[in-house]
Amino acid sequence: MEIEELQPILEAIIYAADDPVGLEQLKEIFPDESYDKIETALRRLAEEFNARLGGMWIREIAGGFRMTTRPEHHEYVRAYLKTKPGAKLSMAALETLAVVAYKQPVTLAEILAIRGKKSTTALHRLLEKRLVVITGRKPVVGRPILYGTSKDFLVHFGLKDLSELPTLEEFAQIAGEIS
Amino acid sequence: MTIHLEGFEGPLDLLLHLIKREELDIWNIPIAHVTEQYLDYLQIMRDLNINVAGEWLVMAATLIYIKSRMLLPPDTVQETGQEEESEDPRKELVYQLLEHQKFKNAAQMLYTREEVENAVWNSPPMDALEDGKEVIAVTLFDLLKAFHEVVKRFEAQSSIGFDQEEVTIEQKLAELRRLLMVHDTLVFSSFFARAPSKQHLIVTFLALLELVRLHEVFLYQKKAFSEIRIMRSKSAGKTA
Repeated sequence: MEIEELQPILEAIIYAADDPVGLEQLKEIFPDESYDKIETALRRLAEEFNARLGGMWIREIAGGFRMTTRPEHHEYVRAYLKTKPGAKLSMAALETLAVVAYKQPVTLAEILAIRGKKSTTALHRLLEKRLVVITGRKPVVGRPILYGTSKDFLVHFGLKDLSELPTLEEFAQIAGEIS
Repeated sequence: MTIHLEGFEGPLDLLLHLIKREELDIWNIPIAHVTEQYLDYLQIMRDLNINVAGEWLVMAATLIYIKSRMLLPPDTVQETGQEEESEDPRKELVYQLLEHQKFKNAAQMLYTREEVENAVWNSPPMDALEDGKEVIAVTLFDLLKAFHEVVKRFEAQSSIGFDQEEVTIEQKLAELRRLLMVHDTLVFSSFFARAPSKQHLIVTFLALLELVRLHEVFLYQKKAFSEIRIMRSKSAGKTA
């Protein structure tokens, strides 16, 4: 199949999919096409689609491609849908999540050391929402549980992968400015 | 009755709050002054019967320790004759504060990203407050201070009460929800008007914290140090 033929099919799949569409999943559907070809088709599709500057765009999230509305139209979309917005995370939960994201794999005791306060409740909430998962146990005395971020975390915050997060050093610069 | 504040800010947050509010130099914290302020807040929390968790006391002890070390003359006469400068006793705390601030900034970044993601597809963001007017989120410490004032005012004007009825949090929650059905926003202090006893005040405060926790209300200020306002969140009320 030519790349030109592949492109509209990929567009249809991404539109219909609930989750970001990954290369592996597409390879299952097109076993005869090479990874390279599928990826080229995907990237070209995203580029052309987004160049149109329409109300939708194709983004790379959590290792896959996803079609969403553009955030700048949210007011009108909201006015039309009249939907309830979803509950957001508390600042305590976000802070705990930031520690997990940057220090993973991390134990509860290490989170406590950084935040200077107990974070059990916040961590449970993050586990409940599946933004944080148990990744193993630390090979030290007591074998404490290690926590890390999940794929849902990437989706929730619209991240391609963890490397897309700004580095902690960038935050250090801002932190220095509070003086 | 004891108030538990797990899930809200901790001692490091209070220190950063004090440093920012008073525009102090983080590299040269006037430790005596900050310690005094910190202990004042602890006292407020005690007065309000808030369960002061261990970490708050550990920080108080740390501050007092640093303060006493600062009073001592620097040990210039080291027996070994090393030309090493004695270390600033505040150094470790400053490092801890900056580290904490880094993660607070990271949390802020996540917050912003979540906001954008909520504006995408069919899950738009939560409540633009009052037509997108800039407002300031209220910290726990602002809240405690405001509540402390409410209690003080109450104690100043009230005479001896008679057999006051006890009220439960459930009753108060139901009452506040009814109130919020009628008003979209309320002023913090008016929330406590007509409370017949201190117990009522505390139960009201607890009920308010519960509403915040359940995301049923938002607390905000139009500008720093102005009245704290309580706004019903748009997503609430439908489940009630």
